[in-house]
Amino acid sequence: MTKKQLSDSINNNILTYNKLTNWKKYVFISVIILFFLFLYILSFGIKAFLQQLVNGIQLGSIYALIALGYTMIYGIIRLINFAHGDLFMFGAYISYFLGNYFIVHNFKFSFITVLILSMAFTALLGMTIEKIAYKPLRFKPRLAALITALGVSLFLENFFALSPENIPFPLNKIVFGPRFLPFPALIADKTYNLAGISINNIKILDITLTIILVILLQYIVKKTMIGKAMRAVAFHKDACLMMGININNIISITFGIGTSLAAAAGTLFALTYGQLQSPYLGIWPGLKAFIAAVLGGIGNIPGAMLGSYVMGISETFATSINSNFGYGIAFVILIVVLIFKPAGLLGKFTKEKV
Amino acid sequence: MKIIKKIINLIREYYKFILTTVLIYLLIEILNGTIPIVPRLLTRYYMQILMFALINIIMTVSLNLINGFTGQFSIGHAGFMCIGAYTSAYFTTILFKAAKMAYFPQLALFIFSLIMGGLIAAIAGYLIGLPTLKLKGDYLAIVTLAFGEIVRSIVRASDEISAFLRQIGLVQYSETIAKISGPRGLSTIPALSKFWLVYVISILSVIIMRNFIYSTHGRACLSIRENEVAAETMGINTTRYKIIAFSLSAFFAGVGGGLFAHVLRFIHPDNFSFIKSIDYLIYLYAGGMGSITGSILAATGLTILPEFLRVINFQQWRMVIYPLLLVILMLRKPDGIFGNREFSFLVPKRKEVN
Repeated sequence: MTKKQLSDSINNNILTYNKLTNWKKYVFISVIILFFLFLYILSFGIKAFLQQLVNGIQLGSIYALIALGYTMIYGIIRLINFAHGDLFMFGAYISYFLGNYFIVHNFKFSFITVLILSMAFTALLGMTIEKIAYKPLRFKPRLAALITALGVSLFLENFFALSPENIPFPLNKIVFGPRFLPFPALIADKTYNLAGISINNIKILDITLTIILVILLQYIVKKTMIGKAMRAVAFHKDACLMMGININNIISITFGIGTSLAAAAGTLFALTYGQLQSPYLGIWPGLKAFIAAVLGGIGNIPGAMLGSYVMGISETFATSINSNFGYGIAFVILIVVLIFKPAGLLGKFTKEKV
Repeated sequence: MKIIKKIINLIREYYKFILTTVLIYLLIEILNGTIPIVPRLLTRYYMQILMFALINIIMTVSLNLINGFTGQFSIGHAGFMCIGAYTSAYFTTILFKAAKMAYFPQLALFIFSLIMGGLIAAIAGYLIGLPTLKLKGDYLAIVTLAFGEIVRSIVRASDEISAFLRQIGLVQYSETIAKISGPRGLSTIPALSKFWLVYVISILSVIIMRNFIYSTHGRACLSIRENEVAAETMGINTTRYKIIAFSLSAFFAGVGGGLFAHVLRFIHPDNFSFIKSIDYLIYLYAGGMGSITGSILAATGLTILPEFLRVINFQQWRMVIYPLLLVILMLRKPDGIFGNREFSFLVPKRKEVN
């Protein structure tokens, strides 16, 4: 294989774009989607439609940040990191405590500081988890690591939900407690009215921050040496060892980046909804984001984005019709998509060779 | 005479198994105070935990058929359980009032309702087995997960469904569906799951699973696990066997769900969420994939462990210690406690072939 061919094959593997082929299929699918949207507009009006679209994009942005972490970690070590939703929770709580601290001490630019610090702390936690729980299982059966991930997830949820009054000293400073906490208003809420659609600055922040982070991520993955090494590790681990790439460091860095994105999502989630229910709050957003990642084709960054937006928008539309319906629609869409495209929207279906 | 000889042979071959099961049963009944030798030690609380342990054995052994022996990856087992629970509760609580019946008709109705629950779950298993034609690994996993959640959200939407049925003029059906009262949970289920019945059914399910696995069909399933392409080359209809595995597994999950409903006497769709499926996955992998013994012991042990931690006053910590132990177990023994090994009475003796 020449150098050119090798770099091409690396560029074509997971963690990169796949070229759209078979455009007729996409046209057909988009016609069906447009038909449903048309029905929605007919029954609820254009204003409600646009409002729900904006809400959906906002929710989709939050899902996208979580799903990117899922997809990166899956892409590099083929592990469904079930603890990702709990790292999302951890990020949200860290920014709660930091935010309260900064508000008391009158810091300027507090939101950005909170966000970056929370991302850094969560990345540290994520890397620690990887070192302790997943690294020893790297060359063991794949499902053992999966169960460990479930164990870590249960541990994080239940440990941080312990109530601080009943446990001994050093630990009661760490745990969050099971109580409901109001998230501090790090950004004053301003609502704008654009032709009958209400958009507040938090919505704009959610969407723009997601876009910025995704562009940053794409830059890291595509243009830097670390990104190249990441793609190489995702492609073939043994070859990387021969090329002098330190696999352990690269996997650690991937975990750091993925979990810091989850922390950013957690902070935005808490800021958007203004509350932290309990340390169990990461379960469902985590699961939805995982489904979004699978919907787009797991291991594929643009796929995760696309899946998340499809998920967020369809969920808000369905919820605006009926709340129970909104819960189930994500799963129905997933099953329908996977029946027609078994490797997700942008994933490539690889045939097994003998 | 031939039949008697056959029975004697069977007893001679499996006397260990029969003796163990009968002795365990007698021991529990003695401790329970049904056979008055010693004062009653097991309260109703302990008996309920034991019954849950037995139900978890049924569930885990049936999940083992899909995940452990056929090598597919299903994480939506609670969905089948939900179908079974609601179907059997529908027969005993809504359609017939089992609480007012005499003993034997009640028992017959209960067994009938369990079988119906199992059958309907098996049909669902068949339907969810169909996409396995195309999907592999994690994609299949996510579809089964989605299936479980869809079942749950359909039950939760029972009010809306009944309202819809009334609108289109099917008042009779709408009233029965309204009685399921999804979001509020179905209560007043008669306590029909007696300990002996649960015990007998769990033993039966273990025996049937064992016989299935060591039959021709079971061998076919095992070959799919080992190498799907090779199995197909050997002339095994892989799709058919995957669907058989899914349906059989779903049948037992449905029966387990029916028993569960009649132990707890109150079912709510949230009882059968993703978190419940995760529990069974944990029991399965902790015990060792592809080992019935492991499933039995892990399901019993891990059901009792959290309750044991509660009894010895570790109430606060029990859900922290449990995942920690799980992580440590997976790090030390990635194949589970038993790996592939079995108790001798769960493996049929090889017959000498002349």
